[in-house]
Amino acid sequence: MMTTVITPLREERVEPPAARRRGLRRQTRRAWLGVAYASPTAVMVVLFFLVPLALVGWMSLHRWPLLAPPTLNAPDNFTGIGDNDLVRSATWFTIKYTVIITVLLFTVSLGLALLVQHRRRGVGFFRTAFFLPMAVGFASASLLFLGLLSDEIGPVSDLLRKVGLIDGYVSWTSGSANSALGSAVVLVLWRFAGFNMLILLTGLQAIPPEIYEAARVDGASRWQTFRRITLPLLRPTIALVLTLMVTGSLLAFDQFWILTRGGPDNSTTSLVMVIYREAFIRLDLGSAAAISVVLLVVLVAFNVIQLGVLRRRSN
Amino acid sequence: MLNRSRLGYSVTGAALAILFLFPLLWSGWASVRTGSGFGLENYDRLFTSDNGVSLRNVVNSVVVSGLTVAGTLLVATFGGYAFGRFRFPGRDVLFLVTLAILMVPYATILIALYVLLGWIGLEDSLIGLSLVLIMFQLPFSIFMMRNSFEAVPRELEESAQMDGCASFGTLVRIMLPAVRPGLITVGLFAFLTSWSEFFAPLILLNSTDKFTTTLAVVNMRTASHGSIDYAALEAGVVFMAVPCLILFAFMQRSYVRGFTSGAIKG
Repeated sequence: MMTTVITPLREERVEPPAARRRGLRRQTRRAWLGVAYASPTAVMVVLFFLVPLALVGWMSLHRWPLLAPPTLNAPDNFTGIGDNDLVRSATWFTIKYTVIITVLLFTVSLGLALLVQHRRRGVGFFRTAFFLPMAVGFASASLLFLGLLSDEIGPVSDLLRKVGLIDGYVSWTSGSANSALGSAVVLVLWRFAGFNMLILLTGLQAIPPEIYEAARVDGASRWQTFRRITLPLLRPTIALVLTLMVTGSLLAFDQFWILTRGGPDNSTTSLVMVIYREAFIRLDLGSAAAISVVLLVVLVAFNVIQLGVLRRRSN
Repeated sequence: MLNRSRLGYSVTGAALAILFLFPLLWSGWASVRTGSGFGLENYDRLFTSDNGVSLRNVVNSVVVSGLTVAGTLLVATFGGYAFGRFRFPGRDVLFLVTLAILMVPYATILIALYVLLGWIGLEDSLIGLSLVLIMFQLPFSIFMMRNSFEAVPRELEESAQMDGCASFGTLVRIMLPAVRPGLITVGLFAFLTSWSEFFAPLILLNSTDKFTTTLAVVNMRTASHGSIDYAALEAGVVFMAVPCLILFAFMQRSYVRGFTSGAIKG
């Protein structure tokens, strides 16, 4: 990702010796101008990114109550992670959720992308319809589903009762661990499938049509074409989409905080919810920072590995 | 055979489109449905009930989004111009570090940002929240603006300088009009993100009179110990979503194009 975006510096023109001094002065002046233009970025990045990054590491080594001075207690915050039952269950839940979402969301997104791949009648409308949930903020979408799945005003239970699939009262978002997880999964599929479809679509459209034509001439079946041409050539895009899905799922918060409240019985409490709890309910910022650091290291490592794979494939 | 596959495409597409549009249409319908028929009672309760949404919350949202959009445009324009057009020491390092923000999930450093904002006297403040939101917009925005500036022909800038246009004047008069599509995309993204952001305001804002609309609507669910007023909640959802949907309708083309060009390169 990163190496592809850095374009080589432009070759400076070879100037005659007489003009060199003037040119050099101009170059210095332009360098200073560049520094001046870049300075707001530098200030923002240092103050609000690098400093907090270092600070979260520093905090993780301290007992850091919300309202009292911090004291060094390394490595208690880290060893405490292992003893914390909620952290353990949240870790397992977050991993389980990540696997489920990645598989389902990828399948749905790719299916949608293949469906709207070609210019046909209604394709613009379909693309817009699939992408439109993205316009609703994630927190708003979670609230939307809270009402949609509620027994009070939501149509889902009524509809399923009429069809005969369920009887009686079902509390989708808090009734059982499975239904709460299922509710969140459906919400995420609805909200994010169109977004991932769009990325996959750009990948699909980058495949030269001649290759498909050649395959057709050779008498390849649809399935063969998909397996032998589409999937391999789509690989960099697939890697990108999978990275986004895994990263997003490991950081899940809104959908569980709002839709299931982490329940029932903490069965849908994600890792980021635990970080919030440690910091602002148990008022132990040091412990929250330690969990953050572990999560951060895992995610950065994951991203670096993904990047390596991506780069090798695209070269 | 061909016809059957075309029919299959249309039926599948239409069924899926209905499935995707249904929740949106339902929330609009649920927000105006009342006991006796249709009306704006749910919206009335949304804005007047004790733990509902106040005008203050809406103003806060507008302020945060306005500051975030303005700040992002300002920083990203200068930064993009610097990265796209100038050579200076530290350029590549700064650009890399800016992009590295993408690799660090913001949820993991918000605790530190909370402490940091307290140190510099910006705890529980809309400005502090906006600064954080601007920072998270920077990798995408600066990348986008750098590419936009790089795509402007060099001759355009050089002829302007020959005419005696000083560098800042060149930026404002010559370059900005040329990178307008990039600016629109960056501004749009900044608005959509800041308008609907939940986690950052939840952590960085404490007092209810600082709450943004999203926080206030979510708070209606959190604070209700008894039964939840679902209908008012859906009114809140619609109220939050409408500005975004309108922007989408107007700018879908540039949104999708801007996004996809970033996705391919990124």
